Amino acid sequence: MIDCGILFAGFGGQGVLFTGKVMAYVGLILGKEVSWMPSYGPEMRGGTANCGVCISDKPVGSPVVVEPDTLVAMNGPAYDKFVDAVKPGGIVLYDSSIVHPEKIRDDVKTCSLPATALSAEKGLSGLANMVLLGRLFKEMAWGEIETLKTALKESIPPARQHMIERNLLAFKLGFAGN
Amino acid sequence: MAQRLLMKGNEAVAEAAIRAGCRHFYGYPITPQTEVAAYMSKRMPKVGGLFLQAESEIGAINMVMGSAAAGKRTMTSSSSPGISLKTEGISFLAGSDLPAVILNIQRAGPGLGGIQPSQADYNQAVKAAGHGDFKMLVFTPATVQEMCDCVFTVFDLTDKYRMPGMLLCDGLLGQMMEPVVFPEPVEGLPAKPWAVNGHRNARPGNLVNSLYLHPEALEARVRERFEMYKTIEETETQAECFMTEDAEIVVVAYGACARIARSAVTAAREAGIKAGLFRPITVWPYPKRELTGAAKTAKAVLTVEMSMGQMVEDVRAALEYKKPVEFFGRTGGVVPTPAGVLGEITRMAKGEWL
Repeated sequence: MIDCGILFAGFGGQGVLFTGKVMAYVGLILGKEVSWMPSYGPEMRGGTANCGVCISDKPVGSPVVVEPDTLVAMNGPAYDKFVDAVKPGGIVLYDSSIVHPEKIRDDVKTCSLPATALSAEKGLSGLANMVLLGRLFKEMAWGEIETLKTALKESIPPARQHMIERNLLAFKLGFAGN
Repeated sequence: MAQRLLMKGNEAVAEAAIRAGCRHFYGYPITPQTEVAAYMSKRMPKVGGLFLQAESEIGAINMVMGSAAAGKRTMTSSSSPGISLKTEGISFLAGSDLPAVILNIQRAGPGLGGIQPSQADYNQAVKAAGHGDFKMLVFTPATVQEMCDCVFTVFDLTDKYRMPGMLLCDGLLGQMMEPVVFPEPVEGLPAKPWAVNGHRNARPGNLVNSLYLHPEALEARVRERFEMYKTIEETETQAECFMTEDAEIVVVAYGACARIARSAVTAAREAGIKAGLFRPITVWPYPKRELTGAAKTAKAVLTVEMSMGQMVEDVRAALEYKKPVEFFGRTGGVVPTPAGVLGEITRMAKGEWL
């Protein structure tokens, strides 16, 4: 049974909300109950941004992810702010190009990959978020890359559908990474 | 099956309003409601409707009055401080027997307050949406899907009873995305022979008016409306019960808070506590009979709100002050957590009343 809350957190401009949206679409395509809740405070403008995504077999109660099962930290402040909130046994995923944690919890599964460096190497700058999503997807073992492709198609407005391929490349980079 | 779309509450409710036959929308931006107006500005021209950004909330509600008087399905939306500005217009709608839908995506108050979710406009919506003796239909959906479904119902009921109706939501529902399946667009709206819309001398003229200089005439008209309100209280209440059949602790919550309370009730059941949730969908008319039924086995009742406690007074009154009714709430834009509600349920289950 699936019943999980995922918290995506980082700087505004890193695609935090978009990454969450793609994940929510994955849940929708899998036929689950889903919710996506952004932080919409003044902190969004140039500061930190985060969004909580719930994917469940049951109706979603509170859409606010207070104790995430999974944390995707895209910058240092996000890691520091939320790592202690993750449920024991949960997953913490971070971008090791820019997050250098002082504290690693031993009661959660911590994984990382240098998403920013990896994406820049392949000429996919700005798509570290998709690299992380690829890694997360692998960790969750929820489905095929096809599902992700459909989710991207739904998340990207019609005028920008040409972005799908680049996003997919970045996603595959994370999916293949370790 | 119709397609499940992932949409923000604010955008979904706007699309649903259009499908419910709304072709006149007057708005003014305010966080966390702005997406409603933004969506309307994009969609209305494509369906032959009118979107107009007024010069202020006061302008918008008075434009609503004009369109409503002309017999059109009309809507406006705002958030708490903006709704306060609209209250004069809402009273005029009620006094002129005009149907219109007002959407409040509540934020924290008083004053400019804050932009985070709140339910502190309950009393305003239910008890005093403007001056004078009148009532307004108030629906409190708890999901994006229900926001859409309720828009259809509110438009139908406001037309049926010729009175204003409100969707009382909050920033959480407005900003979150959830799957939604839209109802089919309505075809053929009810006739409004009372509308002031030009008749080329084909019939006697209609008059839309809220001024009665003779007290007896005004009293008679208000009494007629209150007879109608009585009918509405008897026939139009809506509520949902979740695990209340044998519940010893019944939690009462509406809107976004009901979702949080539901998580807490589920957790309480898993811990062996007989908890249940009563969720009013209409708060005027208040589902008193339904609540009395749901609380039959309750030793105590806990009301949860994003306010300092407003609906709790209606809960106590509905239960005729016969059961202990306690309150748990957060305010100022702080959203209560399921753990916070569960803590209260657990305490009360031990028989510890405050």
